[in-house]
Amino acid sequence: MAAITLLQAINQALDQAMANDERVVVYGEDTGFEGGVFRVTAGLQKKYGEARVFDTPISESTIAGAAIGMAINGLLPVAEIQFDGFIFPALTDLVTHAARFRNRSRGQYSVPMVLRVPHGGGIRALEHHSESIEMFVASVPGLKVVTPSTPYDAKGLLLAAINDPDPVIYLEPKKIYRAGRQEVPEESYQIPLGKAKVVKPGTDITVVSWGALVRMVEKAALEVAKEGISVEVIDLRTLVPYDKETLIQSVKKTGKFMVVTEAVKSYGPASELIAMINEEAFYHLEAAPVRFTGFDITVPLARGEHYHYPSEEKIISYLRKLYLAKP
Amino acid sequence: MFKTYSAKKDKVYQILDEKGNLVLPEEEPKITKETLLKMYQTALFARRADIKALQYQRQGRMLTYAPNIGQEGVQIGTAAAMEEKDWFSPMYRDLSIQLYRGESLENIYLYWYGNERGSLKPKGVKNLPVNVIIGSQTNIAAGLAMASKIRQTDEVTVFTVGDGGTSHGEFYEGLNFAAVFDLPVVGVIQNNQYAISTPTNKATKAETFAQKGVAFGIPYALVDGNDPLAVYKTVKTAIERARKGEGASLIEAYTYRMGPHTTSDDPSIYRTKEEEASWAKKDPLIRFKNYLIKKGYWSEKEEESYLETIEKEIGETFQKVESYGAKVELKEIFEHTFAAMTPELKSQMEEHEEFLKEVK
Repeated sequence: MAAITLLQAINQALDQAMANDERVVVYGEDTGFEGGVFRVTAGLQKKYGEARVFDTPISESTIAGAAIGMAINGLLPVAEIQFDGFIFPALTDLVTHAARFRNRSRGQYSVPMVLRVPHGGGIRALEHHSESIEMFVASVPGLKVVTPSTPYDAKGLLLAAINDPDPVIYLEPKKIYRAGRQEVPEESYQIPLGKAKVVKPGTDITVVSWGALVRMVEKAALEVAKEGISVEVIDLRTLVPYDKETLIQSVKKTGKFMVVTEAVKSYGPASELIAMINEEAFYHLEAAPVRFTGFDITVPLARGEHYHYPSEEKIISYLRKLYLAKP
Repeated sequence: MFKTYSAKKDKVYQILDEKGNLVLPEEEPKITKETLLKMYQTALFARRADIKALQYQRQGRMLTYAPNIGQEGVQIGTAAAMEEKDWFSPMYRDLSIQLYRGESLENIYLYWYGNERGSLKPKGVKNLPVNVIIGSQTNIAAGLAMASKIRQTDEVTVFTVGDGGTSHGEFYEGLNFAAVFDLPVVGVIQNNQYAISTPTNKATKAETFAQKGVAFGIPYALVDGNDPLAVYKTVKTAIERARKGEGASLIEAYTYRMGPHTTSDDPSIYRTKEEEASWAKKDPLIRFKNYLIKKGYWSEKEEESYLETIEKEIGETFQKVESYGAKVELKEIFEHTFAAMTPELKSQMEEHEEFLKEVK
């Protein structure tokens, strides 16, 4: 096993998927020749040819929409939207077709496509390059939404997404593309969609997060452990369908629940998870659940982003307060 | 049964050749010395400001930056053809137009320095803020022009778009809208040959971008984008048509992005040194300078002293931006979400204020 970055793990997954199944095609803006602006797809065009790995015009709507046609007609498209904030023209195709074809055709057609999207903030980028788009896709019936937080998960979840019979939005935490290495098996493997992972067991507070923030939450949890606060950290890994059981069991044990996300607070993903816990584990709660989120604002440019982007310090502060909170 | 359209007979409109000679002397636009100098000096200033910004970025003092190097000719020709009352709906690589129309380098630098305050325009400068979402400025341009038409003002709206931007739905939808309603819109495609790494032959099957005007049913022109005089004349003609109520038109300015897409880009991956060298000879600043020198409006000596002055000015401007640009008050990221801050936003802001006090 070699220690590789999350970005390399995605590249490896794509490489193996293409090697193992000639139906897999990879494309997007600058995705082919150059290997993508982040170099996630580097080397693939050389290895598999321009027919299967190609550059498209700057047309996000068609990048997503054509994937639907390709998927219906026997391919397994893995398309790329260059940045999170560029996905909006593609929403028409995702919402009105990709998500609905199975239902519309009463199961005659399915759309086994994957849309990869470098996702999230904290990289001091230009406008539209640091967005959290969970609520735009996770609220659409018929779309699955996946986001890894480690190289190992990145590979296994992507291979599972490619293998999945339904459209999957695969959000890549670009902030941690190259942030660390992990030993990842050389062979192809899949991590089932819809299964959360307990990253760190604990007994006082349950914290669920996903993507780039999992590591930050884990660090905060280790920090407050020194004060005797035992935090259970859960990486959700799949937002749709999400692993209710793991969350419920954890909250039943800890009695306290916090969601950490950089997405907006109002109508954001944290609200869904807390609503579910209220429904399913209400009588086990020992304090009001907490939404730790980005603000309900446009993601600030680099110089103001530090206020908006979650920090370990602020997570620690929230954990301390939640620990002391009483019904 | 089927016909194919060919634009091959459409010659690229050029007045000044690469060396600055008038190839069509009868077409030389009548521009005052003062305006010509403003055009050239702005282009030169923009070039130097870009080069300095790239240096600052490499030194870790500037963030991601998109230079306009190589495209000063089309931009300065476009800007000079516009009037103050006209609207400009930009993309994100329009430094020369921004400067010519009265934006300050200080604010432009401040924007790329990662501070939204840099998007503030001086009063009366009708340039919309930098638009990063490819092609979408076309729709906004159509709307500005629709309002001009309904309100019966005589403003014209100019928008710029890249070769890559013409691949976006909004480009087609917006221009079609402008065409259908005979709106006073002028579209200037700055064809700089690449959409990041993707060459124009992967952006269009058409022989030119200009000919897309045929399908919209509007007049189109193909112009040498490195010839500021030809661009000026073409844009001016289009603006005059639009102002008279004759509707939208589309211009393709054939040019070259001499620098990277942004500081995050490495052009050596997708283009050759030979190609870059061949375009360096077509540099719009070279021909414009030669033209001005031949007219007796400019000299190497004046150039030298001008460069010295602006070098200092640009350096001081950036230092000034550095002195305050990184400081953003918490309130600033909240207060412009709505005209009045909602109770929810207020509470989110106050909660963060409390946290900041707590960790101080």
